[in-house]
Amino acid sequence: MILLRDLGLSLHGRAVLNGVSLEIGRGEILGLAGESGSGKSMTALAIMGLLPEGAELRGHLRLNGLDLLSLSDRQMCAIRGRDLGMIFQEPMTALNPVQRIGDQVAETLIVHGEATRAEARRAAARLLHRVGLPPERFPPTRYPHELSGGQRQRVCIAMAIALRPQLLIADEPTTALDVTTQARILDLLKGLVAETGMGLLLITHDLAVISGLADRLAVMRRGEIVEEGPAAAVLAARKHPYTRALVAASAHRPATPPPLPGPPLLEVREARRSYPAAHSGLFRRLPPHRAVDGVSFGIARGESLGLVGESGCGKSTLARAVLGLDPLQGGEIRLDGDVVRAGAAMPARLRRKMNAVFQDPYGSFNPRHRVARLIAEPFHLDGRPSDAADRIDAALEAVGLDPKDRDRFIHEFSGGQRQRIAIARALIARPDLIVLDEAVSALDVRVRAQILDLLADLRARFGLSYLFISHDLSVVRSSTERVLVMQAGRIVEEGATEKVLHNPAHAYTKALLSAAPKLKEPD
Amino acid sequence: MLRYALTRLLSLSLSLIAASIAIFAAIEVIPGDPAAYMLGLNAAPETVAALRDELGLSGSVWARYLDWASGLATGDFGISYTYRVPVADLVAQRLAVSLPLAAYALALSTAIALPVGLWAAARRGRAADLGIMAATQLGIAVPNFWFAMLLVLVFAVKLRWVSAGGFPGWEAGLGPGIKALTLPAVALALPQAAILARVMRSALIETLGQDYIRSARAKGLSRAQALRRHAFRNALIPVLTILGLQFSFLLAGAIIIENVFFLPGLGRLIFQAITQRDLIVVESVVMLLVFAVILVTFLVDLAYAAVDPRLRRR
Repeated sequence: MILLRDLGLSLHGRAVLNGVSLEIGRGEILGLAGESGSGKSMTALAIMGLLPEGAELRGHLRLNGLDLLSLSDRQMCAIRGRDLGMIFQEPMTALNPVQRIGDQVAETLIVHGEATRAEARRAAARLLHRVGLPPERFPPTRYPHELSGGQRQRVCIAMAIALRPQLLIADEPTTALDVTTQARILDLLKGLVAETGMGLLLITHDLAVISGLADRLAVMRRGEIVEEGPAAAVLAARKHPYTRALVAASAHRPATPPPLPGPPLLEVREARRSYPAAHSGLFRRLPPHRAVDGVSFGIARGESLGLVGESGCGKSTLARAVLGLDPLQGGEIRLDGDVVRAGAAMPARLRRKMNAVFQDPYGSFNPRHRVARLIAEPFHLDGRPSDAADRIDAALEAVGLDPKDRDRFIHEFSGGQRQRIAIARALIARPDLIVLDEAVSALDVRVRAQILDLLADLRARFGLSYLFISHDLSVVRSSTERVLVMQAGRIVEEGATEKVLHNPAHAYTKALLSAAPKLKEPD
Repeated sequence: MLRYALTRLLSLSLSLIAASIAIFAAIEVIPGDPAAYMLGLNAAPETVAALRDELGLSGSVWARYLDWASGLATGDFGISYTYRVPVADLVAQRLAVSLPLAAYALALSTAIALPVGLWAAARRGRAADLGIMAATQLGIAVPNFWFAMLLVLVFAVKLRWVSAGGFPGWEAGLGPGIKALTLPAVALALPQAAILARVMRSALIETLGQDYIRSARAKGLSRAQALRRHAFRNALIPVLTILGLQFSFLLAGAIIIENVFFLPGLGRLIFQAITQRDLIVVESVVMLLVFAVILVTFLVDLAYAAVDPRLRRR
């Protein structure tokens, strides 16, 4: 149905794709895997005719024999949305915030002249129902901000399949979602393919996602397809070294040092925090939302403690309280014996003992400052030491960067390097505890493996403790000794990571584990 | 939404009270006694004291503040020291010129700026966009009074389409009134339109980079459709902010243009009142302007919520 033959692409003269040949038939799911920057997304945008300016495309691109490259943008507009649908990685921003979800779905029908406004509205309601947003709970009059990430991705899917396209392109459709939501969205996509007979191009860096879903798998590196074939066969044989490297990296386990003896470094007792709910009337409020509801745990020196749960379960609220960024409404947090209290009352000496690394390293750096100034930021707490320059160099070296990088700006680094810089910043004040809030979730498998190694190495060298927050169970499995499972503000299960993840006691943990996509080991 | 409006209204009232205290206090500490000023250098101290009593300038500060504030609330602004007529009448006369002029100028500037901004954003980086950007740069740089004089030279002196200045009053009818305000409104509107068009363009261009524009294009919308249907409304927030600021400025900041066209507007009134130490007029007009600014801010806040559903629940 869709055929790519020797497709080449250059952006402002730089080669991005080289001799890409792919084919997707009706009802077929093709997985396209590779690291970021390998050209996966550019392949998708090339098919859609939505390449950025300065793009030059060569080769053949045919939809049922129709040469797409010969069409004008106007002609492509008639095909996009009707024959080709696409959904993107970031559902939080993929919808127009000021338009009702029903109208956004209806627009696909209206733009193509397939329905009157009223018909399109009714069709939109049916489509939303089909993708799992029943009108009684999610009326089409909702706005995007009233929905969660997974629900928004469903709206995007409804928009993309409204006219039953022949091909749906899903570019990392579940990368920003947690495991249980991911499993539901993948199920939905699979069901839609079976139901409508459309082809699906599933782009992801997560081989486990492809292994459970795709009929065929293509592995891409530096703009070229290095291996292609039936998904199960490719994953079992792993002929190409790059495929082997990708598989190895996604199952990578860093060596973990044992915790140090002594009293716990961090003690959290009966922590509670709730947020005031929205107003339901002029003066009436709904009962407050309990984000963290009586949580207790401890972290030993040198220990890495995992914290898993769906988005919205209170993980990040708990992390903010531990870091002394938000006050608790009940209970107590002690770090090294001292009470952690949010606000100006918290002494700098105590703040210095912990630091954090977040998911999006780019957003947490001032783009106008140089690296040396960025990573020296924690020195504001208790004064710039006399050996600050040496410590900046040492921190850069500790995270595997060159001290010469100190004079560069953050946009000059890749995602993995930025995360290394974020870790350097967390390290520089010599903290005891580092909170890693989805710190490797945005990284490719191979970069992720390197960062996990780095974190394990730093923990051994400096006797650090980690609170390792992630929705990715494989990361928690490889990098923590103990794990807490959090659901709706409460810890529902706690124990040694191996034991909890192999032999879960709580129903919720079991649900999380069964939702997580797995890569089978070849026999 | 109702809750949002009520909280805005409450903060509006508090701002008004704070502003009235600040204005009163500022006038209190300004040197210069209106009574002494009115009676001249050779007046006897007793005469000055008598006049001070008559003008309501004696008594404790708090009593005078409450007197003034309660007068304001009931529409009694006091009697002008120099003109010897109620300030309310004086202000009403001037407002009958300034308010329509400001609204006229704002309507013109919006009508010019929004399409121009849209057009430039749709042709970003091309000749049309560069031309528009150069023109708006010029529009901002050229002083509006110079532009006003140019308009007078062309349309009043050379073409004789309109008179060079003055205002016939609304009694003469709507047509002549609007005709008299047209050149001043154009002179006021063009620099504002230049600013607004640039804001519109840059807000649109930023919005065009958003993910949901890409989603819209994937649905089959053309570039122009995505711009109109998805980018425009999202780009309105900064435009509304600038519009609110411009209206407040136009109401009182038109003084130079009022002078060029001999218009009896608020700007000239306040300028004359200051030079003549007619403090009660100054106080009242400044208070009125504060009220107008706060009211416009309130309306802009409501407009934000109308544009962006995310703001309605706060």
